[in-house]
Amino acid sequence: MSGVMEKFVLEPERYEFRAAPMHQFELARRDFFKILGAGIAVFAVAKDALAEQETAPGHRSFHNEELPKDIDAWLHVGEDGSVTGFTGKAEIGQNIRTALAQTVADELRVPFESVRMVMADTALTPFDAGTFGSRTTPTMTPQLRRVASAARDLLIEAAAKEWNVAPAGLVAADAKVTDPASGRSLKYAELARGKMLAQNLPAEDPITPAAQWTIAGKPIPKVDGRAFVTGKHQYTPDLLLEGMLHGKVLRPPSFGATLTSCDDNAAKAMKGVVVVRDGDFVGVAAPSAHEAQHALDAIHTQWKEVPQISSKEVFSYLKQNAALKTEDRFRKQKGSVEDGLAGAAHRLDATYNVAYIAHAPLEPRAAVAQWAGGKLTVWTGTQRPFANRDELAAAFHLPESSVRVIVPDTGSAYGGKHTSDAAMEAARLARAAGRPVKVVWTREEEFTWAYFRPAGVIEIKSGIAGDGMLTAWEFHNYHSGSSGIETPYVVANLRTEYHAVPLVLRSGSYRGLAATANHFARETHMDALAGVAKMDPFAFRMKNLTNPRMRAVLEAAAESFGWPRKKTQEGQGFGVACGDEKGSYVATCAEVAVDKKSGAVRVVRLVEAFECGAIVNPDGLRNQVVGAMIQGLGGALFEAIEFENGRITNAHFASYRVPRFRDVPEIEAILLDRKDIPSAGAGETPIMAVAPAIGNAIFDATGVRLNNLPMVPNGLRPA
Amino acid sequence: MPIEIEVNGKRYPVSYPPDTPLLYVLRDELQLNGTKYGCGEGQCGACTVLIAGAPRRSCQIPVSAATGKPVTTIEGLEKEGRLHPVQQAFLDAGAFQCAYCTSGMIMSSVGLLQMNANPSQADVVQFLQGNVCRCGTHPRIIEAIRSAAKTMQERGR
Repeated sequence: MSGVMEKFVLEPERYEFRAAPMHQFELARRDFFKILGAGIAVFAVAKDALAEQETAPGHRSFHNEELPKDIDAWLHVGEDGSVTGFTGKAEIGQNIRTALAQTVADELRVPFESVRMVMADTALTPFDAGTFGSRTTPTMTPQLRRVASAARDLLIEAAAKEWNVAPAGLVAADAKVTDPASGRSLKYAELARGKMLAQNLPAEDPITPAAQWTIAGKPIPKVDGRAFVTGKHQYTPDLLLEGMLHGKVLRPPSFGATLTSCDDNAAKAMKGVVVVRDGDFVGVAAPSAHEAQHALDAIHTQWKEVPQISSKEVFSYLKQNAALKTEDRFRKQKGSVEDGLAGAAHRLDATYNVAYIAHAPLEPRAAVAQWAGGKLTVWTGTQRPFANRDELAAAFHLPESSVRVIVPDTGSAYGGKHTSDAAMEAARLARAAGRPVKVVWTREEEFTWAYFRPAGVIEIKSGIAGDGMLTAWEFHNYHSGSSGIETPYVVANLRTEYHAVPLVLRSGSYRGLAATANHFARETHMDALAGVAKMDPFAFRMKNLTNPRMRAVLEAAAESFGWPRKKTQEGQGFGVACGDEKGSYVATCAEVAVDKKSGAVRVVRLVEAFECGAIVNPDGLRNQVVGAMIQGLGGALFEAIEFENGRITNAHFASYRVPRFRDVPEIEAILLDRKDIPSAGAGETPIMAVAPAIGNAIFDATGVRLNNLPMVPNGLRPA
Repeated sequence: MPIEIEVNGKRYPVSYPPDTPLLYVLRDELQLNGTKYGCGEGQCGACTVLIAGAPRRSCQIPVSAATGKPVTTIEGLEKEGRLHPVQQAFLDAGAFQCAYCTSGMIMSSVGLLQMNANPSQADVVQFLQGNVCRCGTHPRIIEAIRSAAKTMQERGR
């Protein structure tokens, strides 16, 4: 197979990424049929359409760092009529396994139940850069459609040959090819029987437009749902291999500490315990988790620690340590901000701070590693199986072909499972033990040794004319990132800039990246400007917006919410915010109730309108949108990582507060289905307008403007 | 004397030390992996099982404290291929995303409905406060529990 490189942008806040290597699919077709049996197979390689998606309207990223990649997929129709789709994407709770199977079934014209997706297995699936950036739906869905469409053509051709008629008159439907002229038909299973037919995807194979979808676009329930409600689904921590040991890793007392002495004699003397020391890595493997813990407790170490920045001083640190010069790609300018400000009727400048937060996926980072004949197999919950494979190959000095990474459907990630930490640890221990080893991070390890959504400082200078039109907009993000940094509002004089700062804590991707921070700052600021202009916040936004998709979500959310609303109780407040990113559009309205005595803030109601083009699965989409709203509420109100002396001081669910049932308001999600627009991803954008909508509602209720995330970790305190 | 525990109607000898949390005995020794580790600190509810009918965080209960009391795990709810009404309601409502919290949510809910056959929304919220769903599927979980309550009442339990 040949690969066509697609270029796509890599945001600066993906600090955890290393340069991704280029790959080619190694599995020979002969092997492919050996694994799956005879039948009909179609192989696909990325095409221009994918690159187009990246530059589609609505994509506002202005950086151009390129990550090489080779998106492809393939599909097999077996002799029994079973259909198997292959993709390197991972299922991490976003329900994409279901959506992709729907897509294949829809295009191939087979029942949904006959399609199985093989996903995220470096030995069986094509290379994939990773499941991140809301990219699966815009890139993998059309790719699988093309593959399925080509397979359908092959089946029609096979039937035409069988009947000695022209293929043009034949119809594929319901897993069979029919000749309307004679009424005869052949099932796909019959057509695939005895064949070993493989084809590369033709250059152009038209795919079914969304208006004609019959299986895609429907609210099909999650594949294997029964396995999840019965506890039968095996997540990585649930895997049990013959002779498997349990591994634990000794962690330094603080970030950056180096090992100065280590006495592991007592641990080594324990029955069945393997101790590994390799540089600063100290780990144990034992027949049970409690024996591993006892062994770890018996190791005595000393460490040299280094001074560290604390969470209390982090914002001034970020501001003071920004690179003096920003790279061109992180800077955008239009008109003259100075002129725009000079000519403004009103000016408003403000600074916004955004704290570090944790992903806290309920399934902690985990891996099971097994060595056999010099080859390594690792099961791990990761969003980047191929990158994990490469990192393992490099660390153990193996060719990539000697490492296989398999991703069981995973207990969520939210951008947090890109790195190979647990995989590396399990593999290192398994190599020493000569047996399979499972490593499951504790919650405290998860909160400490994973990576965080980076903190940031955002500064805005702005001006408006007497009629409420923006005249100048200057926006600086320090450290947290450049995603969603550009304003959707029309303004002639503009400067946006992302300023790199050296890492304080290990940081990386998080659902929506810095778009959440940038949207919070921008939408809070726009609200304040509406106040300066003495305009209704919704009307002020509409006045400064021309993009019809943005206006449509804003109108839809406002209408369902009942904007503008009259206050009926003390402490009641209403807020609105909107945004767009990665080709999808969102608007959120919030109602809050603030208890003026105690300062307690309660979000009473959230209404959100979301539009991501043609909807592939409205049920899965609704789950993602509502989930993003609730997750966004946590970062808005109370989630923050606290740290001091290189230690996370709230590394537990008891001290790091996540949204719980009592925090969840009445929620309404309005999904706008645009069958005329290609489907965009939906995992990220729905989180982005939640925090500013809530903050604007708190202002409406109290007159207190909150410019820092989280806004009320301890309730609203009088100034 | 080796400890013995009864799980899902079956008796198992336990070789792990008596102070080992029940969770690890279930998962690692008995290989009943439907009960999940989420925090090991009793803060997330992923490891919830029923002990003598009451929902308990199995990461906080030493196995010695579970002897002589019937333990029910997620694996024990399905009877003769038929899902428990709470399982069925979660399935019908699509009340999960990554579903890692689902075992604990279902066990807590079964426990709730045994104590309160017709919980209000506020009752459910109160009772499940200790169960974390990081994907934000709370509204559907509430819907599923209330629907299961209705089914169970109609069936006369």
